Amino acid sequence: MSTLQILFFALSAFAIISAIMVLVSKNPIHSVLWLILVFFAISGHYILLNAQFLAIVNIIVYAGAIMVLFLFVIMLMNVKKDKEPQKQLFVKLIGVITGGSFLTLLVAIVKQTVQIDGKQVMMKEGTIGLIHPLGKVLFSDYVVPFEISSVLFLSAMVGAVIIGKK
Amino acid sequence: MNLLAVDMAFIIEKLILIAIVVFASLGIALYTTFGERKVAAILQDRPGPNRAGPFGLLQPLADGLKLIMKEEIIPTASSKWLFILGPGLAMTASLMTCAVIPWGSAVEVFGRKVELQIADVNIGILYVFAVVSMGVYGIMIGGWASNNKFSLMSALRAASQAISYELAMGLALIALLMSTGTLSLKTIVEQQVAGHWWNVVYQPLGFLIFFITAMAECNRTPFDLPEAENELNFGYHQEYSSMKLGFYLFAEYINMIMSSAIMASMYFGGYDLPFFNESSVAPNIAALIGVGTLLIKIVLFIFLFMWIRWTIPRFRYDQLMNLGWKTMIPLALFNMLLTGALILSKL
Repeated sequence: MSTLQILFFALSAFAIISAIMVLVSKNPIHSVLWLILVFFAISGHYILLNAQFLAIVNIIVYAGAIMVLFLFVIMLMNVKKDKEPQKQLFVKLIGVITGGSFLTLLVAIVKQTVQIDGKQVMMKEGTIGLIHPLGKVLFSDYVVPFEISSVLFLSAMVGAVIIGKK
Repeated sequence: MNLLAVDMAFIIEKLILIAIVVFASLGIALYTTFGERKVAAILQDRPGPNRAGPFGLLQPLADGLKLIMKEEIIPTASSKWLFILGPGLAMTASLMTCAVIPWGSAVEVFGRKVELQIADVNIGILYVFAVVSMGVYGIMIGGWASNNKFSLMSALRAASQAISYELAMGLALIALLMSTGTLSLKTIVEQQVAGHWWNVVYQPLGFLIFFITAMAECNRTPFDLPEAENELNFGYHQEYSSMKLGFYLFAEYINMIMSSAIMASMYFGGYDLPFFNESSVAPNIAALIGVGTLLIKIVLFIFLFMWIRWTIPRFRYDQLMNLGWKTMIPLALFNMLLTGALILSKL
């Protein structure tokens, strides 16, 4: 096994274990913290795929900003496990069936896709995740959607300030 | 080591560099606490610590010893692992920033060209930004795990303060990136070494915004709302004792050093000594001069931080939020617009 493969398997195991811990943890704060670790593992995968820009943006936006807000809300609401009402067996059963069928669907899609059959992920290759090629593509091929979403973000920020002023 | 095809010399070089940078930052942080007490003493017209050693120079060692010797208390109602994780995270996040700071130009050791920078990644500034946004977790987790209302309140204050000021900080950075055209800190410093002026000349407003937001991100007075003693007893580290408390206090000083280093690198030429031609001396000596210059700039910034702390009183919480959202962000947006217009007019 090469270094890349060892890293890949270590990161994958890390991501999957953390993701399971998100579900298993009784305390919502612990779930959020495990979720942050999942994002870190995914960023590690991005770095293996030579997409450093995506990796760091994933950390800034998801692990750094959105998860802080999650933590913030849960801490403010002060959710405790003894106060949380126990779900009925019926609701639990529905959840299991829905989740299981979704899993089957996903596996079926992956299995039926011809394009990925017998192909390997190119690690440490390609440049589309680096900042220069990404910037070029965003400002030439996809300039209209990019500008529209930028304006959307800016207006959301200005909107937050306006709401704060009231 | 055929299995892992890596250059051992490269790894050893980087490990030595990491050890030097981390221990140097810890050492400087140790004496920054001493400097803080001395600066406070001078500003308040009193002698300050002067008993341990000549001029009180051994005071930080005595402080450290005292912290280590104190009893370690973990509250029974706290979540133990998170309680321990909190200060560790705060310390790690503040030390991680040093990885992308260029401490000097390259030196030659045993025929190897060694860059005085741990990692010259092409996303340097974004890396710093990511680490800064991680820093708040140490405070939030510690404050929540303490299971104390005051700690939780100050942790939430710290988080909302960090989120609000990160936004303005990012916008100020975007303006700088627009004028430099690169995200690599090394390239930014090299541009300033080669060019006529430091970036602060092109980005005075951006620097001011970055400085104020950096002060807020470090929880320094006048932005030290998370540890406002008269409202929250002691803040998020109320339940902490011994070296865990020491880690929190220390992390603040390391944050201060790192943000000074970053401000010096981005706006004040980094290791560039003004009016001095680096190519006129041997490369190793030039690198040493560069490191010394950067350290002097860092010390000046730290002094500025302290001077402000002992001069300006703390904000009220609503004033803090008003400043962040209604002054800093519009100013940063205006700065961005101005920079864009200037770049367009030059084309």
